[in-house]
This record gives sequence, structure tokens and C-alpha cells, in this order.
Amino acid sequence: MKKSGADILWECLVREGVEVVFGLPGGAIMPAYDVMLNYPIHHVLVRHEQGAAHMADGYARASGKVGVAVATSGPGAANLVTGIATAMMDSSPVVFITGQVHSHLIGGDAFQEIDVTGITLPITKHNYLITRADEVAQAVREAFYIARSGRPGPVLIDICKNAQVEKVEFEYPEKVSLPGYKPPEHAPKADLQRAVELIEKAECPVILAGHGILMSGAMEELQMLAVKTHTPVAMTLLGLGAFPASHPLSLGMMGMHGEAYCNLAIHNSDLILALGMRFDDRVTGNLRNYAPNARKIHVEIDPSEIHKNVFVDVPLVGNLKSVLRDLIPMLDEYDHETWLAQIGDWRAESQARDILSWPDDDKLYTAKVIHDIWEATSGDAIVSTGVGQHQMWAAQYYHFDKPYRLITSGGAGTMGFGLPSAIGAWFAHPDRQVWVVDGDGSFQMTQAELSTAIQEGADVKICIMNNHFLGMVRQWQEFFFESRYSGTPLRSPDFTKIAEAHGIPAQLVLKSGDVQPALDFARQTQGPVLIEFQVEREEAVYPMVPTGADLASMIRRPHRME
Amino acid sequence: MQPYVTIRHTLIALVEDKPGVLNRVASLFRRRNFNIASLNVGRTEKPDISRMTIVVDEDGSSPLDARRVEANLYKLVNVMDVQDVTNQPAVFRDLALVKVKATPAQRSEVANLAGIFRANIVDVAPDSVIVEITGTEDKIESLVELLRPLGILEMVRTGQVAMTRGTASGARYVPGTNGNGHYVD
Repeated sequence: MKKSGADILWECLVREGVEVVFGLPGGAIMPAYDVMLNYPIHHVLVRHEQGAAHMADGYARASGKVGVAVATSGPGAANLVTGIATAMMDSSPVVFITGQVHSHLIGGDAFQEIDVTGITLPITKHNYLITRADEVAQAVREAFYIARSGRPGPVLIDICKNAQVEKVEFEYPEKVSLPGYKPPEHAPKADLQRAVELIEKAECPVILAGHGILMSGAMEELQMLAVKTHTPVAMTLLGLGAFPASHPLSLGMMGMHGEAYCNLAIHNSDLILALGMRFDDRVTGNLRNYAPNARKIHVEIDPSEIHKNVFVDVPLVGNLKSVLRDLIPMLDEYDHETWLAQIGDWRAESQARDILSWPDDDKLYTAKVIHDIWEATSGDAIVSTGVGQHQMWAAQYYHFDKPYRLITSGGAGTMGFGLPSAIGAWFAHPDRQVWVVDGDGSFQMTQAELSTAIQEGADVKICIMNNHFLGMVRQWQEFFFESRYSGTPLRSPDFTKIAEAHGIPAQLVLKSGDVQPALDFARQTQGPVLIEFQVEREEAVYPMVPTGADLASMIRRPHRME
Repeated sequence: MQPYVTIRHTLIALVEDKPGVLNRVASLFRRRNFNIASLNVGRTEKPDISRMTIVVDEDGSSPLDARRVEANLYKLVNVMDVQDVTNQPAVFRDLALVKVKATPAQRSEVANLAGIFRANIVDVAPDSVIVEITGTEDKIESLVELLRPLGILEMVRTGQVAMTRGTASGARYVPGTNGNGHYVD
């Protein structure tokens, strides 16, 4: 039977299991939008295409499925770019569908023509320019397969208007043939054996758990490995939730704003077992003196990550879940009591300095507010964040016991990610509590999506930590630029009025005693709620490893002066 | 400080013959900051596969550059196989066309030099000739240096192509990828 390219597109999306897409129509994608109404797919109309990209990304991260965002040609597609780069840096499986001008007009600077496959080439895992209807089905099939397999990532399909309109004989391609694309599954036995030898010899081992644990669904294997080898587990920002924060072997987050005891453990370790993480500069500090006494085992699905930043002794290239399943039976049980006692001392020292140990002075500290949100939501909410101080505090003080709960832009550090990604996450799990922890600066970047939230009835609780600054930059200015606050003081609108103008109930919180009632109000109100917390203006995130410093040389929170 | 030693690596990549693949490879090299000395693309014995010969300069600061290039090439969906033939038994060839200033009186001198290098004169104009030479890069460099005093008007080179001898194959550094002890279940 003959079908139009547009019909084939939606038919293929339905077959891939797509239930919701996020987008905004325009000229070159109109044929696709026209027939969309005939398919059982819910369309979420965004206010800016960047929002669509982050929503699809948030949906993907919360659900483990592929997210889909749709935009028109030219500026529509260009507005996706930040969101595509965000998904690329964090290996998030998202398929982007963009309209393109008629294939005969390509190269002629037609209205709303932009070379989108050219622009997105370096920020997608793969992309397609479709000029004929008979190419649509194969491209969609391949795009979904590429996006979710191997090291996941965004794939873009740019479909010319004529390819949407033309009718061709439709046959669903059951098989995908990609001769150059074969993600590795198992690591060679000999390499596993070398890893076993290093693990046997280790006295002070540390596991570094990254996003790869969540992407391959290896949470159970990780716990088996950690318990069997009695090895503490440090997590990257995107790895939070891979291992329960409340587990005695958890070291929490590593890196620039990681727990001090966690960074000290890594620095003093004699074996690093890096699982599905990429030794980003934000987790290593100075590479020359990174875990100087440690042998290193790196389990990673992307061979280009091996030796990229840190030279490792044993690379194990493969699917993390499969590699761990092969590795664990080869290991004996070990005991690292002395090492864990040492880490316990460091941990106690950290806890004494912690802001939660301070007496209540009625002021609002973001860290404490997030702690309260954690308690109010029983630690079970999906928490999405913007980028900056509030993001780091959310990572430190919302103790993630379960996977797929933290939705945050790690690699790209994209401000404005919080609200749209939360809306996407809500579509993945409308039954769960979804909370946005945002900053006053981050929030305003994608504030327009409040309209989307209310139009869709997305039940997201938005908490803005307003410190009247671009806080993280301010902190750097305080520490490294002699407190010259250049371009960081922020005058914001009354966020509660903004919310109310959208029909979203809102509250303003000025002192610590009002936090609990406001959180109760948010929890008890159906639908989106916004709470603005006017927090301390010049608080800093501690600990902090300055750029280029060793992981163990942290700026620590000063002890409280009484 | 030790002077950097530039090490030249010749890599062969088999890629799907699809539009934009050359662009993908070039874009990868630019964004990963790899230094390409030459890049040659052409058809192969199989109609849907193109072959690239990529010559990269390693600045000597990292012994892993060739491995990094290989591993990154595999990230491209259209790249099927990569091997490093640098230190392998292989035939390396480059072709150059050199237009040299030559009056009728100077032609025999050019012809003599060309003869020594087994190069051909493929065009003769009243005051210039085109010399065609095939060979390794250093052989071509030698002839070019000898022709330079006569006055080189134009020159074009294809960039190096390479093929391993007999059944030898190049080095593959990246575990778990195509063609290399490959563990796909």
C-alpha cells in the first residue's frame, strides 16, 4: 500500500513504541504535523524548541526509552542545537526530527533553510538528510537503533518537505543493516583475568560508578561487585542513583564538588575500578597527580574513552552489564576493613563540618532546603535541576537511593535544563513525584515552558533557589577573582507572580521556619506548583577542587565561628 | 627539553560509500584536534565501499595518537574498518604532477632528471613541461627539490595511498571493534 513519507514517519515511530513527542510546528514540517493527528502519539507543544529537546532528553533519562523531539527547518532546528549538544555530552538517547526545505531548493538559501545536518554533525551520534519518501522508514529504524544501542546518543533525521509529501510503497524494514556499527558486548577473557589479578592484590580499592551503570542497567551487578569485593563506591554526578546513597559502601559523589572523604579515598586508593565513566576534568582535577598510587581498570563501551584522559592498566571494552556478569564469578570475596575504617574517619570529619550540623539560625541555606525536600519526598522523587550551585547542592543533599531519579545536565552544563527536562520526566512517570530544583539564573533561561507545564497539566513542583546571583560564577569570582562580581548580580521578576500569571499556584519562602509548610503545600496541591526560596546570597558550595588542582586539595567549608 | 619528534602514521579506513562520509571524517579530525598530513579517498573493488588513506602527524607528546584516531574513527557509524600500516610491509605511493619552466634548451635537462626517477614527461608547451612522478613521498620530494631551481610553476599531489603486501594486514589497536579480535555476540 502506498503511503506518504509523513505517514511512514509516524507509522515507524508508533512501531518503535513512541507515545509522546515534544515539538513546535512550522512550514517545512507541516505535512508531518498534518497527519500526526491520525496516530496514537501525544504531541506536547513547547514554547521554544530548546525546551522540546530538553523534554525529550528528560523523558529518555527518566524512562530509559528513546525520547523524540520535532521541529521545523531553519531557526526551529537551530533552536534545538543546545539541547542536542546536551544529550550528546550525556549520552542520552534522543531522536530529533526536523523539517527541511524541498530537496530541489537545498543549497539555494531558501526561506528557513539551514544546513542542519552540517550544524549537528559534531553533536549527534549520527544524522540523516532524507530527500525521498522511500528513505524515511530505513532512517527512522536505524536512528532508534543507533540512539539506544552501544553508547547511546542523539540522532537527527532532517526530512525534506517533498519526502514527507511523496507517496511510496511502504514496507516496514524489520532488519537494520549497519556494517560499520557493531557495539562491543563482552571483553576478552584474558583482559578479565588481568583485572582479577589487580583486584586480588588491592588493599585500598575504590569503584568509580558512572552514567554507564544506569545506561546498561547494571545496578544489581554493581552492588554484587561492591559487596563481594568489599569495595566502596564513588559516583559521578550522572552516576548518582547507580548505587544506593544509604548503603554503607557508598561514598557519594566524587569530583570538583564531591564529598571530601570520597575524593580523599580516590586520591589514596591503590586500585580504581572505573565503570562506565569517562574521567571528565570535573571528576579528576589535575591529571598528573590523579590517584597517583592506583592501578586502574576501566570498563567502558566506547573504546575512544580508553586512555583519553587517564592512562589505564586494564581496559575492558564492552557492555558494562555483560562485563560485570563475566567478571563477578571470577572473583573471590575480600575484606577491606582497615581501608574502610580509614575512610570512616574522613567521613566523620566531613560530617562535623557539614552545614546540616549547624544550629538553625532561621536563614535559608539551599543545602538545607534541599535536605528538607529530600525528607518531604521520602527520597523517592525524580529531581531535575538547572546548572550551577543549586545543582551541586541537589547532588550532595538529595541522597539518591534509586536509579533514574536525578535528571541533570552534566557534561554540557546547560543552564535552563531543569524545567523542561522535568516536564519530559513527568511524561515518562506521571505517577511519580517530579521536582525541579532550579536557580534564579537557570530558571529564567527556559521559563517560557511554564506555559507548556500548565497546558499539559504536568505535575511538577518547581523550587527556585533565588540568591540574586549567577551563583556559581559568583563563587568563582569570590575565590579566584578577588570578589569582583562582574556580570553576576541578578535582578529577577517576582517568580510567584510569574507563576500565578500562568495559573500556577505559588509561594514565597523567606525563612527556615516556612520551608516545611511550603513543601507540604506543594505536595498537597495537584498539578504544577512554584515555590521561590530567597536563600543566602553569598553561600559557596563546599568542598571545591579548584580547576587544575589535585583532587585531594580541596577548599573546605570553614568551621563555624560561634 | 627534548625536541618533539614527529611520527607520521598511515591509516587505511574502509568506509561506506555514502554522501557526506568524507565530511564526517574531516569534521572528526578537526574537532578532535588531529593533524592530517594528507587524506585520499577512492573507490575499491566493492561498489559500496570507499577506501581512505589518512596520513596523520603525531607530535610525539603522546604515543597514543594513532590509537586515538582509530578509536574515534570507529565512532562514526559509516566507518567499517581501520588499520595502521605505518610499520607494516606495505607499498606506499603518491602521485605528483609538476609543471616546470623549461625553454626548448632546458627540456633535455628536465628529461634527464625525470629519467633518473623513472618519471614521465606528459605534456610539453613552448616554455614549460609537466612531469608526472609516482613513488613514495620521499622520492617525490627528491625530484621536486631537483626541479625547483628550474622554476616550478604549479604542482599537485594526490596524497599517499597504501596497500599491505601479500596477506599482511596493518595494526589494529582498539579492542572490541571491527576486524580485531572482535567480541560481538
